[in-house]
Amino acid sequence: MKIRYFAWLRERLNRGEEDVDLPAEVVTVGDLIQWLRNRDEAADLAMQKPQLIKAALDTEIVPHTTPIGSAKVIALFPPMTGG
Amino acid sequence: MSVRLQEAPFDPGAETNAFLAASAGAGAAVTFTGLVRSRPDDPVSTLTLEVYPELAEAQIGKAIAEAVTRFGLIKATVIHRYGALAAGEPIVQVMALAPHRQAAFDGASFLMDYLKTDAPFWKKESTPTGNRWVEAKAEDDQARDRWSKT
Repeated sequence: MKIRYFAWLRERLNRGEEDVDLPAEVVTVGDLIQWLRNRDEAADLAMQKPQLIKAALDTEIVPHTTPIGSAKVIALFPPMTGG
Repeated sequence: MSVRLQEAPFDPGAETNAFLAASAGAGAAVTFTGLVRSRPDDPVSTLTLEVYPELAEAQIGKAIAEAVTRFGLIKATVIHRYGALAAGEPIVQVMALAPHRQAAFDGASFLMDYLKTDAPFWKKESTPTGNRWVEAKAEDDQARDRWSKT
């Protein structure tokens, strides 16, 4: 699946997107965030306050407790500042 | 109903006129334009907006549909820019059409409050002392939450 990053999260990770093969134990969005944090130090630092990270599965914004299921794209980003 | 995401500038007056011209007989239209803020004590030379376009279209489309159902709008249009904007330039325009003024005011206000917190845009300000990401504000969450159904 594809992960897309936006705004300061994209900058801190130094990438806008990546393709990943998720291990079976990664079920929810929250699991994914933890898995990414365990995987590298920059991600661990950038997401040390997971409550500041919002997520969307395909084109739907979801809470961290939502299972990733068959989503093709998961986006992770800071709180939005539109308007 | 329409959502337009664009990098190019838009002319708020021309957009308003076009919206009104297509709305003959409706009764009430409210249009709101958001501009890049730059104060003498806190100058901003450029505001750069990052967007997740697919999600923005989905989110704003949902908000417009809710505004139509909830306030009885006849139609609503949201124009939102992304990319690099200079101080004073229009960022966003919300236009709501309804049979009566209160519905038009409420619909436009609801849509703007929603855009602040739930549309996937992120603002970065360029200032004389460097660049900074604009932080989400608690009062924007509170403004959105006042529309929560009880």
